[in-house]
Amino acid sequence: MSQLALVIDLNVCVGCHACVTNCKEWNTSGSAGALSDDHPYGKDPSGTFFNRVQTYEVGVFPKTETVHFPKSCLHCEDPPCVPVCPTGASYKRAEDGIVLVDYDKCIGCRYCSWACPYGAREIDEHQKVMKKCTLCVDRIYDETLAEEERKPACVLACPTSARLFGDVHDPDSEVSVAIREQGGYQLMPEWGTKPSNHYLPRRKNHVSYHKDELERADNPLKKEDYQVDSSEPSLDDVTSW
Amino acid sequence: MQPAFSVIFLTTLIGMGQGLFLAIYTEQVYSVLEVVQKSSTDTFYGIASAVSLLLLILGLIASIFHLGHPERAWRSAAMWRTSWLSREVIVLPTVMGLVFLYGLVHFMGWNLTVMTIGAVVIDLSFIIGALATLAVFSLFIATGMIYACLKFLQEWHSPLTVINYILLGSASGFTMATLLAAYKQPELISFFAGWSIVLLLFAFIFRAASLIRNKRLRPKSTVQTAIGIRHNQIKQKSMGFMGGSVNTRDFFHGKTRFFMRSIKTIFIIMVFIIPLIMLIITLFKPSVTVMGIAMISMYIGLIAERWYFFAEGNHPQNIYYQTIA
Repeated sequence: MSQLALVIDLNVCVGCHACVTNCKEWNTSGSAGALSDDHPYGKDPSGTFFNRVQTYEVGVFPKTETVHFPKSCLHCEDPPCVPVCPTGASYKRAEDGIVLVDYDKCIGCRYCSWACPYGAREIDEHQKVMKKCTLCVDRIYDETLAEEERKPACVLACPTSARLFGDVHDPDSEVSVAIREQGGYQLMPEWGTKPSNHYLPRRKNHVSYHKDELERADNPLKKEDYQVDSSEPSLDDVTSW
Repeated sequence: MQPAFSVIFLTTLIGMGQGLFLAIYTEQVYSVLEVVQKSSTDTFYGIASAVSLLLLILGLIASIFHLGHPERAWRSAAMWRTSWLSREVIVLPTVMGLVFLYGLVHFMGWNLTVMTIGAVVIDLSFIIGALATLAVFSLFIATGMIYACLKFLQEWHSPLTVINYILLGSASGFTMATLLAAYKQPELISFFAGWSIVLLLFAFIFRAASLIRNKRLRPKSTVQTAIGIRHNQIKQKSMGFMGGSVNTRDFFHGKTRFFMRSIKTIFIIMVFIIPLIMLIITLFKPSVTVMGIAMISMYIGLIAERWYFFAEGNHPQNIYYQTIA
């Protein structure tokens, strides 16, 4: 059974919010109707978004790092929001593991949003139904689109390719390899929700040298007890090899 | 959490309605078993059942205001296998139906004898009442479990939540029964007032236990587990937007610590202390006014208590919504 998911590389995300705007644009234009967007340019803007990019500062100045952190529904393997739904509007698809809301069955009781520890669900204040990331289910299977475009809008928008999309149950998929080889992890593992979306941590390349590697221990010059005197011109200075 | 008044009214009103039914049925069981002298009349049972039913209906009406699409509410009976909310939706009308039948049988005097065990006469209302009692307890459990089953709302995730719904509902219902007795059937005052005092004391012990428990809780989720970065110093610099959203409105009460403390003090005084004093006074000098004060104080207090219960729930999603850049 496949489980579609996103893998977000925090090492690469620059916090440009392109995924946020493209997500909003795609999902507000879909057949389910517009996402609420009240006073977008006014004093007190408010609206429904499926994806947000947050910014955290790690460490204390001057040893700080800025981490941009995109967050959307994690499509948990054991989603706590699904069993609490009284109508069955909230469900997890067996075929690809996407957690969806049937907007025609939702009564807008908000109980599922209480049951999500990640705050991934937002009620649409106009349609009065619960909405959330659909992993662009209306895009990824659309055969009228070119194959390379059958990906979630956020993934296509990302200018740094910080977002990978694929089946995390297939051990050879791009996402599974990334999780396995680059230390992919899940959010709030303490609640046992087993999120399908994974995050790749900040990674730094450190090269460690041993002293031996900088200074040859078996240098033949040392064997002859030749003392290098830096004040005198060396052989390099006087001969042209 | 941000307490919703629709849910506050729903839980307090149906709790009192259930408690009131339990009160009159307890009295019936006692008189059938001849533990107490039979002094209640069918009219009293009928009136008390009607009041109980009224409270249940008012609670149901209040709950409608919580829904975005009340016209689809019938769908919510579907997922009873997994959802406590769905179970509540099924049990609530069952309780209402049984309480209605119970009241009707008494009011119309349809007390057919079903069987006799020795000197004990089991009539129709006794059987309906037993079924209704079962339904009432199922409803208490369903209502409490709606909150207690959410494991990451650590303040709610405790058997104390269910126990408190049962005890506070029962205490308020028995107090209502005392008020009705003071008004209509003074012989029953001491029975109901005595039980009210006992239930109120138990409710106080368990509510206090839950307050103490919640004060000592340490949140399992931290900003470190929320974003998965191992560092002791992590600060949010931006939640990603400058306006509001459901995430900033629905999950935090937005009140000061002082306000929270005041609500706690208010509900302890109004739910427990004032009604307790009034009930003791009533035991010695029955008066509708005194019981009326007890009931009003208790109900206002229960609204505060339920508000506090919801507000106290600390949702881990709030970790993600701390700072506007």
